[in-house]
Amino acid sequence: MLELRNLSWNAPDGRDVLESVNLVIPDKGLMAITGPNGGGKTTLAKIIAGIEKPSQGRIFLDGEDITDLDVTERARKGISYAFQQPVRFKGISVKDLLEIASGDTLDEEHLCLLLSKVGLCARDYEDREVNASLSGGEIKRIEIASVLARHSKIAIFDEPEAGIDLWSFAGLIDAFEDMKGENMAQVIISHQERILRVADRIAVIEKGRIREEGSAVDILPSLLSDAKCPRCPAHGMGGEA
Amino acid sequence: MNQNTEEILKIVSDWKGSFCGAYSIRENGQSISRMSSEHIHIEPKKDKPGLDIHVDDGTKGETLAIPACVTVPGLDDVVYNDFFIGKDCDIKIIAGCGVHNDTGEPARHNGIHRFVIGEGSHVLYEEKHIGLGKGIGRKTIDPVTVIEIGKNASMEMDTSQIGGVTDSKRVTRASVADGGRLVVHERLLTEKEQRASTEFAVDMDGKDSSVDLISRSVAKDDSYQAFHSVIRGNAPCSGHSECDAIITGNGKVSASPQLDANDIDAALIHEAAIGKIAGEQILKLKTFGLTEEQAEERIIRGFLK
Repeated sequence: MLELRNLSWNAPDGRDVLESVNLVIPDKGLMAITGPNGGGKTTLAKIIAGIEKPSQGRIFLDGEDITDLDVTERARKGISYAFQQPVRFKGISVKDLLEIASGDTLDEEHLCLLLSKVGLCARDYEDREVNASLSGGEIKRIEIASVLARHSKIAIFDEPEAGIDLWSFAGLIDAFEDMKGENMAQVIISHQERILRVADRIAVIEKGRIREEGSAVDILPSLLSDAKCPRCPAHGMGGEA
Repeated sequence: MNQNTEEILKIVSDWKGSFCGAYSIRENGQSISRMSSEHIHIEPKKDKPGLDIHVDDGTKGETLAIPACVTVPGLDDVVYNDFFIGKDCDIKIIAGCGVHNDTGEPARHNGIHRFVIGEGSHVLYEEKHIGLGKGIGRKTIDPVTVIEIGKNASMEMDTSQIGGVTDSKRVTRASVADGGRLVVHERLLTEKEQRASTEFAVDMDGKDSSVDLISRSVAKDDSYQAFHSVIRGNAPCSGHSECDAIITGNGKVSASPQLDANDIDAALIHEAAIGKIAGEQILKLKTFGLTEEQAEERIIRGFLK
């Protein structure tokens, strides 16, 4: 279980991006974090991964205070982070990347299993370089496979729908649904209704605060209603839910 | 052969106690072991140090190894090896070189290799260079490769300098005839205060000839690399060069690619990128549990693979 207690974060220009955020992420299941642009979602994901340090507040993983651990140390504790824009490497193959992620060599069978979970064939991809020759959809799937290779306690996906085509998006949804069977928590930062529909829980962040959090069954109807009848920007979410 | 020679042979030419196929081992300016095969004929030159190597027409699937090792200080070894590849051949040539130096004196190997590749033949040419030993003496390797690619022939040159060489000047010149193709993959690593310069000059003289030149290099510490390539399209042809370099520490790289289109149907492209390792690449590998140093090492290893 990951627990965020009174987390705050200020941008370099002094602006309050997160203010006293409290959130509990259970051991299993898919939690979607959504809300308007600029609300602090990605910052929250980066703070969990250790990429940003909170100005206030503490983070506990299974009761252990991990606030002062860096990215490497948190990764070794079982926190994974899939980038919104996956990184490309010249000279590192898909197999290399998955082996680095898993910390071990991977045989053909294991590679096949990992890549098939994201709809890719190991034979076609294991020797491909993780470079600009991969499409947005392909590299997104490989990013997810790399998280799966890690046997994480918590996997964070920052806007996985960004920059991919519709066909790949359908495949991604399937992959996230399948992962719900894994023994880990998924945290997905997303605006996409189709992702919100497969979530178990939803947290809505607005203006740096948790506006609401609860089971998807309870939260989703009001969110969708907001999206259809956007509030006046002067009074609410700005119509970008 | 001495122990240092054996170590070099293992690194640069996959030597496992013997070679499969024709070979010639050069140690400290002397050919210490040499064997021709039925289709690959190795003869010592009469007028200067080196070999004349003739490959019969139609030779396929054979390998030729010609490693050179310098393991004594103060030696300046110059060798001229000429390769005459017949028509319709498909062979592999391994030509590694190592300099082992445990003293303060300089040691150098200068291998001048000339290839004449017959019509329709394909040659895979692998060349690894390495410097070994604890001495502060210079370990210099200055390879010169001159290639004449015949009609519809091709050569793939995989050349690397994988560490320890204090100074090197790497020169490659090639001409490509009708339908011929040259592919060069260069990998270069310099560290400490090492210096390396690479010069490529390729003339695409024949119709539908092509060249693909890919160089990846890493300059660490206080090392310096200079890269200069010239691709001349003298006929309807296509040429591509790509020069990527990573710098770390105080490493410096100077790259000056040159494309000369001397024919209206010459299509020439150059891509180049020099810089430190992208922060997001290191961050990505840190999210896999690697430290910054481990991430940097892994990225460089992949880049030079």
